[in-house]
Amino acid sequence: MRIRVISAIAYILFAPLIGGLLEGIDRKISARMQRRVGPPLLQPFYDLGKLLHKQVISVTNMQAFLLLSYLVFIMLTGVMLFSGMDILLCMFTLSTAAMFLYFAACITSSPYSTIGASRELIQIIAYEPAVLLTCVGFYLVSGSFRVSRIIDVNLSNLVYLPGVFIAFVFILTIKMRKSPFDISTAHHAHQEIIKGITSEMGALNLAIFTVTEWYENVFLLAVIALFIINKNPWSIVSALIVLAFVYFLEILIDNSSARMKYTHMLKMAWGVTLVLAGSNIWVLMLIK
Amino acid sequence: MAVIPLLICFPFLAAAVLLLSKNGGLRDLVSYLGAVVIMCLTGALWVAWIGSGSRPIDLYYNTEIADHVIFGAEIFMMCLVTFLCFKYGYKRVSLLSIIPTVIISVTEFAVPHRPRTAHIFLDRLSMMMCLIIAIIGGLIIIYAVGYMSGYHMHHKEVKNRSNYFLALLFVFMGAMFGFVLAESLIWLFFFWECTSVCSFLLIGYTRTEEAIKNSFRALWMNLFGGLGLSVGIFYFAYYVGTLSLRTFINAGVNGNPYALLPVALMAFAALTKSAQLPFSTWLLGAMVAPTPSSALLHSATMVKAGIYILLRLSPAMSGTVTGTMVSMIGGFTFFVASFMAIAQSDAKRVLAMSTVSNLGLMVACAGSGTPETVWAGVFLMIFHAVSKSLLFLDVGATENSIHSRDIEDMHGMIYFLPKLAVPMFIGIAGMFLAPFGMLISKWAALRAAVDEKNLVMLLFIAFGSATTSFYWSKWMGKIISHPHALTQVKDITRKNEMISMVIQAVMMVVLCMLFPFISGIYVDPMLFEMFGTSGQVLSPGLLVMLSIIILFVFAIPPVFYLYSSKIHTNRKLSYMGGINAGDDSCFIDSFGEEKRLWLSNYYFANRIGIRKIMFPCQLVTTAILIAMFCIILGVLLK
Repeated sequence: MRIRVISAIAYILFAPLIGGLLEGIDRKISARMQRRVGPPLLQPFYDLGKLLHKQVISVTNMQAFLLLSYLVFIMLTGVMLFSGMDILLCMFTLSTAAMFLYFAACITSSPYSTIGASRELIQIIAYEPAVLLTCVGFYLVSGSFRVSRIIDVNLSNLVYLPGVFIAFVFILTIKMRKSPFDISTAHHAHQEIIKGITSEMGALNLAIFTVTEWYENVFLLAVIALFIINKNPWSIVSALIVLAFVYFLEILIDNSSARMKYTHMLKMAWGVTLVLAGSNIWVLMLIK
Repeated sequence: MAVIPLLICFPFLAAAVLLLSKNGGLRDLVSYLGAVVIMCLTGALWVAWIGSGSRPIDLYYNTEIADHVIFGAEIFMMCLVTFLCFKYGYKRVSLLSIIPTVIISVTEFAVPHRPRTAHIFLDRLSMMMCLIIAIIGGLIIIYAVGYMSGYHMHHKEVKNRSNYFLALLFVFMGAMFGFVLAESLIWLFFFWECTSVCSFLLIGYTRTEEAIKNSFRALWMNLFGGLGLSVGIFYFAYYVGTLSLRTFINAGVNGNPYALLPVALMAFAALTKSAQLPFSTWLLGAMVAPTPSSALLHSATMVKAGIYILLRLSPAMSGTVTGTMVSMIGGFTFFVASFMAIAQSDAKRVLAMSTVSNLGLMVACAGSGTPETVWAGVFLMIFHAVSKSLLFLDVGATENSIHSRDIEDMHGMIYFLPKLAVPMFIGIAGMFLAPFGMLISKWAALRAAVDEKNLVMLLFIAFGSATTSFYWSKWMGKIISHPHALTQVKDITRKNEMISMVIQAVMMVVLCMLFPFISGIYVDPMLFEMFGTSGQVLSPGLLVMLSIIILFVFAIPPVFYLYSSKIHTNRKLSYMGGINAGDDSCFIDSFGEEKRLWLSNYYFANRIGIRKIMFPCQLVTTAILIAMFCIILGVLLK
């Protein structure tokens, strides 16, 4: 019980730090891949500090409260995961949080923001089945949706769930809004929809969005870690290695691919989910 | 328990008074009173039932007079349908009314059976249905009184027969009460046909060409289901010699071979009534009728009759071919209907497709026939009833005010019709956001699909839930967006309409807050009654989690709303690449002229529209149905 409370509190306190650092590393590695020097490692934090000191400018003052709700629901999702609760309900809370982001973008009625928001919804359709099937996969292996039971296995979940793992890593690119699936917003300039879903977010609002993204990324990486962690405490180390590898892979894909049309994204994501995760679960159902 | 005959007969009585009364004050008064009295009678029934220990009760063994009345009414109904069929040139449809009536009469008088069985049966499931019918149905009638006067002011071309319309609503409710309380299969069939005919008359209310065509489509599909039901009843009575619903279900549970075919036929009938594929088109056509009738068909009555009977049958369907096939059809309908809902921009059509889709999930749950899935099905049904009725009524009121029911025209509704936008928002939120009914039911359905190792079902739910959230959230986004132009819209919603909607919105919120509690004290014992096994679907850990989510959902947004209204914000125009004309509603085009900005959602109508995918889907489901009956006949003939 105590370890659950501690890890939940640790998530609230350190997730933004880790998320920010990850973004710093991301920028640095991306820059090196493009033969640039890149910003300092702590640049995301400097940016955040600057955003917080700016005057709040917004199209509608309803946006701040929706974004704050978005933040809190993402935090709640993470807290639930880290305190070992039901992963399926975690994911449902996550989708409720995503709704708040959608509202915060389309409430402005700004053309770029609205188109970004609509595309965000399509991204949600694209990744949701894989997310649900991941939970189901864990359930099949460990017999429970509870995170505390999922990691309490002799052999890492990955052994039974290779297909589900690949499907989840695939949709991770969509979830992290990285190229080629950065269709609702992008971390790079020169997009045809400006900044998409974040077009009308400035100062405090953008800061909230950024922090929430950090929280969310840490949460998503934690789900990846669930594939690796088992009863053996050393598995945490291997989980960290896998996470580093996955994150590097995301950066590599981000830098080496061009944005796709949403129809392609939808077809690919569903195809991968159906074929890899679906067949993986089918096999599990047969042998378990 | 003298209140039961009163509960069933009173709506018919109210309908008769309404038919005789002229339009005007008396009509309104009778309708209001009738609705309130029905709610009170249901309350009285609940009190009496709880007073007797809230156990299952058998009632009315000797009902000779009532039997005669029902037989007479059945003959009358057959004559009425035959007359209308001949009048409007659908002669063949009349056969679907005549044949079942003949079959049932033969069953009642010619087939030897034990006559002295109970005719009325009360248990938790039927009591819950009564509550849904009385409250939702009553509120819809209260709404309808005001709505119909407004309707006839706008639609001068339609002859004002609103007393007839209201009378039909009452008959419908009476039939539903009879249906959910019936233990005798003969009675069950009568009330079943009654709802079919009522819906037919309601859909044809406006007597336009389209209305008549759609009403006959609804009629033949539902009567076709009725035909299946009557054959099933005849078969069971002929071989087993009883007309008791519970004996029938127990026979199914115990694997009596004579119950195999009747269970399948009854499930088939339920599929037609709850508008599953391939029979979904009648529910879409039902929208031509005035809004209250759609609300009633979609929420408290009609489609729920199908779900009710499937839930009743679910212990008997558990693990059988019928169960598997029914849940297959349900899962498939859930998935493809949610696609079709995405492609609609007409609010009523979205609601109709989403009803079909959600019913699919309920059918799938009932077909799986485990306590968990039935639990999920029951909660889906409760939430769906409240939310759909609220949404239909709200869309109807909105249509009266903005003269459109296109979701695109609801852009910024929260600014120009706040009183209607808030209930609409609550209704939609209740359908799919965490932690509300829909989601938690999906949770249970997913787990059950995994436990049963039903991969196809699992995939339907996983993919279907993604598409479901798409059409709801894009609608919600429309409501709360900043309006395109600050036009003044006059809210002409009447007071009674508003009262009805506010009560339902409040009910929705209260249900969301209390449902873990309802699950513990009511639904779990109900499952015990049905399956004989006790179990808690919501584990304590889950309950804690749910309570936390509920607390957050109701506390966080309001707190932040208050907080953020204090942040000093510098309001600016939205970014349009530097060509904002100055008021966020126009931009400067390449000719230097102002052009109005118009934002629209994605629909993909030419990819996944009803025209495009309805027919193939109907073929697939028809094939499943045929396969189901072939397998069952094969087993029987072996």
